[in-house]
Amino acid sequence: MAKSHKPVVWFPFAAGGTVIAFFIPVIVVLTFLAALGHIPAGLSYERMHALAGNGLGKLIIFGVVALSLWSSAHRLRCTCYDFGVRADTLVATVLYVVAIVGSLLSAMYLLQI
Amino acid sequence: MTQMKERLVQLEVLRYNPDTDTEAHFQRYEVTCYEEGVVLDALNKIKADIDPTLNFRWSCHMAVCGSCGMMINGEPKLSCHTFLREYEGVIRVEPLAHFPIERDLVTAPDDFMEKLKRVKPYIIPKEKKPISEGEYKQTPTQLMKFRQYSMCINCMLCYAACPEYGLDPQFIGPAALTMAHRYNQDSRDAGREERQEVVATHEGVWTCTFVGACSEVCPAHVDPASALQQMKITSSIDWIVEHLIPGGKK
Repeated sequence: MAKSHKPVVWFPFAAGGTVIAFFIPVIVVLTFLAALGHIPAGLSYERMHALAGNGLGKLIIFGVVALSLWSSAHRLRCTCYDFGVRADTLVATVLYVVAIVGSLLSAMYLLQI
Repeated sequence: MTQMKERLVQLEVLRYNPDTDTEAHFQRYEVTCYEEGVVLDALNKIKADIDPTLNFRWSCHMAVCGSCGMMINGEPKLSCHTFLREYEGVIRVEPLAHFPIERDLVTAPDDFMEKLKRVKPYIIPKEKKPISEGEYKQTPTQLMKFRQYSMCINCMLCYAACPEYGLDPQFIGPAALTMAHRYNQDSRDAGREERQEVVATHEGVWTCTFVGACSEVCPAHVDPASALQQMKITSSIDWIVEHLIPGGKK
């Protein structure tokens, strides 16, 4: 039996899972707070804009967005498989393309700042 | 002496006789058992008092031998470890899911046994040393690295719980892969590379989607899901070394 090439998609999935666990709950809470009009001073628009304008800041934001998208795409692929959707190649292609397009878009927007 | 309380138990048991039946069917039994009894006690009482033709496997009656696994109300459980008082109404008893039925509640474990062999579940030392050189010593820390995974009793509940094994019978499966991990983690062992030929394939750890049902049903608290995730990490690192690092071993 040949060894699998699954690590190509699994490693970014695992990294994304870690990123999601650390960042996404905080981002959800902060977004809710912002929606209710409570924006902590450290997270004001100007400071966030400056972060996205900085090279390292761009890289961090891109990492969080791209890895989270990839992780979610892969998780959804596995969920489809678990539910008995056997068209794995089709499901994987569609979901991974969505994740890649989303990542490219976030890179594009970040580079415009 | 105080009188032990009794309860009337209704069981719906899947019956199948390969000599006479074309398909399996349920049969209803009613027996009186001790309040503190387990499902296996009820089955034994049925066999002794009502229907001697009922077939099921069991041996130790203390959750050690791993032979009395069956589906109880749809969940894979050891029948010697499943108390009657936890159920109300009719208890449905079926053979372990995902395995071919041999007769009544007895399933054929051949597929699991064959897969267990393929992961080489034994110590493969770097070099054999003669007995005169003494034992292979291990520190408590080295022991703790694999001890939990060595507690598997081969009851196959994890295979009955795993949806992936149900969908893809080629999957090496939770218990066999966990055994591979148990020996990989053993300081006396040097056989990881050999086992990777099975572990790192599609049928190995990569069919697992981390549903986690194996760990939930494990009566020995082995946590196969954690063993498989750890092997995914080491297999991924192997892949990077083999494909992305110049001069990395092929």
